[in-house]
Amino acid sequence: MDFFTIVQLGDASVRMAIPLLLACLAGLFSERAGIFDIGLEGKMLAAAFLSAAVSLASGNVWVGLLAGIGISITLSIIHGLASITFRGNQLISGVAINFFAAGLTVVIAQGWFAQGGRTPSLPKDARFNGLDFPGALTRVRDKMQASPGMQFYSEFVSGHSILVYLGLLTVPLSWWILYRTRFGLRLRAVGEAPEAVDTAGISVVRLRYSAVIIAGILCGIAGAYLSTAVQAGFTKDMTANRGFIALAALIFAKWRPWYALGACLLFGLFFAIDNRFQNIQLQVIWIMVLLVGSAAVMTVYALRREKIDVLVLGGLSVVLAAIALVTWFGTASGEGIGMIAALWETVKVPSQLIQSLPYLFVVIVLAGFVGKAIPPRAGGQPYVKER
Amino acid sequence: MDKMPKWADVVLVPVVSLLLAAIISAIVFLAIGQNPWEALKLMAYGAVGTSDFLGYTLFYATNFIFTGLAVAVAFHASLFNIGGEGQVLLGGLGAAIVVLLVPWPHWTLALIAGGTAAALFGALWVVIPAYLQARRGSHIVITTIMFNFMASGLLVYMLAGPLKPEGQQQVASGLFPEASKLPSLNDIAEMFGSDMFGRSPVNISIFIAILACVAVWALIWHTRLGYQIRALGKSESAAKYAGISAVNITMITLLISGALAGMMAINNTMGINSPQLVDNAAGGAGFIGIAVALMGRNHPVGIVIAALLFGALYQGGAELAAATDVQVQIVIVIQALVIMFTGALDEMVRSPIEKLFLRFGRGTAVEE
Repeated sequence: MDFFTIVQLGDASVRMAIPLLLACLAGLFSERAGIFDIGLEGKMLAAAFLSAAVSLASGNVWVGLLAGIGISITLSIIHGLASITFRGNQLISGVAINFFAAGLTVVIAQGWFAQGGRTPSLPKDARFNGLDFPGALTRVRDKMQASPGMQFYSEFVSGHSILVYLGLLTVPLSWWILYRTRFGLRLRAVGEAPEAVDTAGISVVRLRYSAVIIAGILCGIAGAYLSTAVQAGFTKDMTANRGFIALAALIFAKWRPWYALGACLLFGLFFAIDNRFQNIQLQVIWIMVLLVGSAAVMTVYALRREKIDVLVLGGLSVVLAAIALVTWFGTASGEGIGMIAALWETVKVPSQLIQSLPYLFVVIVLAGFVGKAIPPRAGGQPYVKER
Repeated sequence: MDKMPKWADVVLVPVVSLLLAAIISAIVFLAIGQNPWEALKLMAYGAVGTSDFLGYTLFYATNFIFTGLAVAVAFHASLFNIGGEGQVLLGGLGAAIVVLLVPWPHWTLALIAGGTAAALFGALWVVIPAYLQARRGSHIVITTIMFNFMASGLLVYMLAGPLKPEGQQQVASGLFPEASKLPSLNDIAEMFGSDMFGRSPVNISIFIAILACVAVWALIWHTRLGYQIRALGKSESAAKYAGISAVNITMITLLISGALAGMMAINNTMGINSPQLVDNAAGGAGFIGIAVALMGRNHPVGIVIAALLFGALYQGGAELAAATDVQVQIVIVIQALVIMFTGALDEMVRSPIEKLFLRFGRGTAVEE
């Protein structure tokens, strides 16, 4: 792998990370105020559709962005109605919003454009295009021959759409709002101890609504970015589960803005690797080391705990070891070589497994083996004023 | 404090929620330039208009009974199993492996073996999310969503590789042996000289689904385990204080839930006219289970009614999409509205009705 490939990979990671980051910060504001938001995915999807549709109709991508933010805020307010005003189940409301957006975008897209549930391609001036910084090279051929510093500048720093730079700016902005303003202090307090905020004479309801509306704005930008900057138009289910991965990144980031940036860049890298290397070959010995190694670690962990841990993690270890052995024996008999020689044979990792890696990583993150995460204390509970 | 009568809670609130969902759906139809009344008529005809259509409605309803029960059992313990979709796929995998590997001499044996394997695989697929929820506090909603994605990846891998017969183009398992095919209701009707249900795939799994309803009813309300499940769902701290192990009950509840979802495979893989496992075997049934459980108030009787309704919606929606330019995703929109109104905005629907009853009740009290 040469330097330019690494730069390209970094560039792709940033591009993939931006929608995750915006959604992650949306979840951060919402959850810091005590409102779980499973509906990030749906809000992004609705915004992606409407911003593409409106950009197409108006020819102005900024109007499209506003429309996307508008629909996303609308869904946020519905979520607020369900979870703040009517004290309903926040998870169920989020799930409903996801389905609503997934179904409605396709139905309306077909009704308006009749292209099988997508919008027509957006012309160049109805999109967010890459900004070329002064002196940056734009052609791939030129970049490949340039010096490493120039490659870094031209590929990694320059050439993104304005939403990427804005998205990165939301990180310090979120930090500043949350930790350096009175509003931020109150917002964090309402997620930890709403009764204390209420006692201080501050409206819990108003604070929580502000938080979900901020989440709506951020999801709206994320959705518009997908359909007007990454791609030229809306396609069915184009958010591709980013809303859920953003939630996992949020937990990984321990509900902190700067950590969120790191977590989202990491997930962005996963997706970039996914896109670039569809065909990964591994030597059998590495598969053995990886699978048997993690099986051994889990077993050792489980043996020092209770019976249930031994049962579940032990069972999982057996499955992993079995997969490793099947791969080993299969390679040996398939190639007709000895068991030792088979260890150095390379086998293709199934592409489905590579595509599942981000999800697998989410589960590992959620398992808490990557550090302990403590969620806001009042998260998910509707606030009932004492009477 | 006075409460409204039970029938209002069980019947009136869901019906009003359904009406609200219908009104918003009508607005959606208007927005895409369709006449909502015409669409409703088309959907109703597509759902129950002919005995074939009725058969399809019952076939889908069977699916939704299984997934609805799966979601409901978990709801009783205040757990939200949104992974029905993946558990259904794994159930199909289990059933396919058992039925393809062993030449079962008779469908009854195949049903027992396939059903057991389906339930087992469905349950196994929820083991890790359940364990992480019970022991590590990782949120079951996000982990089961992740397991849905991984399930479809695993299924495509199996269907494109190990389970695909040589020379077959389609990404699917081979056809199951003729002897293991479950009798369809049409086969049974033919014994009485009728051609009821025609070519529709509705099959004897529907009776298994009803049995599952009875079993869940008995489990939840008439066993010690069911009591523990409900106690945990009402208050975890109280349950712990009463000596109930939250970890064990969480695990067991989710395993039962996964097994019920997995059992759906007997209907949609072993029961269909040319039985085989295909890559989109679940077809969203795992998610519709959420709406069915919410609308059915987590009670087996309610679930059967809600499943029939969603079966009709699913089948009617498919016919509507075939006959007009409306995309079949309209069903997902209606499903989302039902989940929203019966699940999250319950209070919005309930409290005005409650107030109405209270005022009405007080009026009669004064007269006496």
